[in-house]
Amino acid sequence: MKINTYTFDIIVIGAGGAGMTTSLYLANSGLNVAVLSKVYPMRSHTVSAQGGIAAALGNMHEDDWRWHMYDTVKGSDYLGDQDSIEYMCQNAPEMMYEIEHIGMPFSRTENGKIWQRAFGGQTINYGQGYAHRTCAAADRTGHALLHTLYQNNVKAKTHFFNEWFSIDLVRNAKKNITGVVAIHIATGEIAFFNAKITIFATGGAGRIYESTTNALINTGDGLGMALRAGIPVQDIEMWQFHPTGIPGIGILITEGVRGEGGYLVNKNGERFMERYAPHAKDLASRDVVSRAIAKEFRAGNGFKKDGIDYVKLKLDHLGEEVINSHLPGIRELAKTFAHVDPIKDPIPVTPTCHYMMGGIPTNKHGQVITISEREEDQIVEGFYAIGECASVSVHGANRLGSNSLLDLLVFGRSAGMHAADAIKHDLPLHHSSEEEIKAALIRLERWNTTDKGEDYNEIRHAMQKTMQEDFGVFRTEKYMVEGVKKIEELRSRLEHAALTDRSQIFNTARIQALELDNLMEVAYVTSIACLARQESRGAHSREDYPDRDDKNWLKHLLCFANGKIKYRAVNMKPTTVKPFEPTKRVY
Amino acid sequence: MRFSIYRYNPEADKKPYMKDYEVDIPSDSDMMVLEALLKIKEKDETLAFRASCREGVCGSDGMNINGLNRLACTTAISSLKPPIVIRPLVNMPVIRDLVVDFTLFFKQYERVQPYLQNNDETPQTERLQSPQERAKIDGLIDCILCACCTSFCPSSWWNPEKFIGPAGLLWAYRFIQDSRDTATDERLANLEDPFSVFRCRTIMNCTVVCPKNLNPSAAIAGIRRKMAEKGS
Ligand SMILES: Cc1cc2nc3c(=O)[nH]c(=O)nc-3n(C[C@H](O)[C@H](O)[C@H](O)COP(=O)(O)OP(=O)(O)OC[C@H]3O[C@@H](n4cnc5c(N)ncnc54)[C@H](O)[C@@H]3O)c2cc1C
Ligand code: SF4
Ligand code: SF4
Ligand code: FES
Repeated sequence: MKINTYTFDIIVIGAGGAGMTTSLYLANSGLNVAVLSKVYPMRSHTVSAQGGIAAALGNMHEDDWRWHMYDTVKGSDYLGDQDSIEYMCQNAPEMMYEIEHIGMPFSRTENGKIWQRAFGGQTINYGQGYAHRTCAAADRTGHALLHTLYQNNVKAKTHFFNEWFSIDLVRNAKKNITGVVAIHIATGEIAFFNAKITIFATGGAGRIYESTTNALINTGDGLGMALRAGIPVQDIEMWQFHPTGIPGIGILITEGVRGEGGYLVNKNGERFMERYAPHAKDLASRDVVSRAIAKEFRAGNGFKKDGIDYVKLKLDHLGEEVINSHLPGIRELAKTFAHVDPIKDPIPVTPTCHYMMGGIPTNKHGQVITISEREEDQIVEGFYAIGECASVSVHGANRLGSNSLLDLLVFGRSAGMHAADAIKHDLPLHHSSEEEIKAALIRLERWNTTDKGEDYNEIRHAMQKTMQEDFGVFRTEKYMVEGVKKIEELRSRLEHAALTDRSQIFNTARIQALELDNLMEVAYVTSIACLARQESRGAHSREDYPDRDDKNWLKHLLCFANGKIKYRAVNMKPTTVKPFEPTKRVY
Repeated sequence: MRFSIYRYNPEADKKPYMKDYEVDIPSDSDMMVLEALLKIKEKDETLAFRASCREGVCGSDGMNINGLNRLACTTAISSLKPPIVIRPLVNMPVIRDLVVDFTLFFKQYERVQPYLQNNDETPQTERLQSPQERAKIDGLIDCILCACCTSFCPSSWWNPEKFIGPAGLLWAYRFIQDSRDTATDERLANLEDPFSVFRCRTIMNCTVVCPKNLNPSAAIAGIRRKMAEKGS
């Protein structure tokens, strides 16, 4: 096997919102940077985001980044790191202006400012009423953002390696990360990308579940690569189930619909959220709304079709004009995938896997953190992670809607600034020997040489089913113990599965197999972490431990590829405001 | 239901051929073509195609289905007459099976300088834009770069290098129409040669096939109007 080497100061793996924010900053700083993406940049999953980006601009009413911070801390069920949350909320307005200046086509208020809508869990004055804080380009904000970032990277002449799939990290004898090995999907070329700094921006892994709002490409490759390189993932038990996905196919219906005044009804026509969250009602946090819906199902108040329970999202009362101007994409999706026109009829919806709060642990500069034998934080030199693949941790146990796009922008830029600075201070380039490079190609070799074995598609289906059944909205020890066993068994079966297509040119079967390796790693650590955390917090809802337990569990959970678990303290030390102490979380 | 799919793997096949697949599809099913392709791939993993968002926003899976360019993920099988014949986007170089080469398509896109240009001093907060000004770029910002239009445009077949094609021109017009962009004159000047814009024969194929219901042909008419205004 011939292996080419390409050398850069910095390589960014991933060209979604996070990757392209960082690359834009780096390219404009004149650094020698390359971006690898397994799909063309504008095909990245950020393109699907609908509702918007949170920032306390105060365009609709008085607003304050501290209120945004409070909401985010509370939304995270106090598992978010308060230094990171402070940094994000404080920098949010500036980030909005920055992307507006480079062309972001935001919707506008009558006086020409960026238009903002209401979203779940966002309040004014520390919980006093709904905040209109989410900056939107109608309901296609992710598309507008991703294209704006791509356009400006074209302008900055960023060096893209499109349709290159990163296989694994390369480390040298001293354990330095020297880059990645990757395969060019179109030709089968294999190359070692040698860099002083490697930045992961590989996005989420929602495809570990059977029903998800996530794109087909959200396979957790960054987490798989990090885990195999001996780096843990943090709070990976925290998976957000979005209350409103279209049953079956899982297409998302944005929370912005409820922000505009839409609401949920059960089969008796009752607006049931009034019972679960008397103040915030349909705009309570996502974990709260998803659990409420699941409880309605249990009480027999759901609709049912093809074995799937659902409730309905009513918005016809908003009127055709509001729907067409603020929610045109939702109307299109509802017509295509749910066969209803929301101007007349409610949309069937059900809680659907949506977002991975956990990820590769980092500080607010995006630097990856691992933990020593003595449980001390250790920065992994030359390695950064940003966006959904990272856990910085601003979302803690539950992400507020419209805080993820913000996370991509703020930490995409902060990582860019930090990395650029490190390069300017003469960070050395570490090399790797041929053996070290080959060691990172073992997985590919395995798939290329196993002649007989099980069909990997069956293993994927079984994994997704297990995750859905045993690690969904509600979790119990009894089922999870079984679930972990099943995942462990599937994981070892996968090591012997076989690929029949050995061609070089655009071999997508091989990519799917490599992706499944990553999905399986994420599913495995998720199952272990879910079982380990013996409390209910945010999205992690244990029937056998129904309460939050701050005494024992107000801490980050780190899980390694071998299933080993360690803990880290949650940061409670913002620099400019007093910390928000944990209190009971009601909406 | 029968699917007849264009197959070509340059490593193994001397020339392209059509291959038939049978897929079980319940009569009341609302399955999309993409879901059927994914099922076929589980049986025959050598079939290559692109897909990502599976909801019509990423632009990965443009292909020619029963004679028209469309997205596999938003085309309901029930809307098609069997057998379903699937080919790669017409007139684009095939890499393998349904996967085509986008190099020229993106080159044409980059030719129009598809990014906001504004050399005025940057304000402290946002640049103001009224809702009416903003409405002028509705329908122009929603392009997903799927190439369904350009691949179906006869003028692009005849002048693939010189004529920018409907997608690129839609983007050109998007920035011309943005009240925040100050490079309109330069943008128009760059398009003034006899080919870049003027090869459009208003055949409307682009508008007919656009899966996002956008109207590149109206955008091209808009560019011509702007040129005429400038000239007069
Ligand atoms: C339907 C939907 C709607 C949403 N709406 C909102 C919203 O309104 N507001 C909000 O704040 N958040 C929203 N979110 C969440 C948000 O969109 C995502 O969390 C965010 O876009 C993730 O961005 P990212 O840059 O981290 O990753 P992505 O955009 O997923 O990009 C990942 C990149 O990594 C690349 N990559 C991955 N693996 C590899 C590999 N092995 N080799 C090479 N490249 C690789 C991919 O090609 C891609 O370029 C929504 C999510 C969904 C599912
Ligand atoms: S209207 Fe113009 S751009 Fe559109 S298909 Fe016809 S010739 Fe091509
Ligand atoms: S104009 Fe329509 S058909 Fe053409 S690339 Fe854009 S979305 Fe696709
Ligand atoms: S898969 Fe994204 S447009 Fe069809």
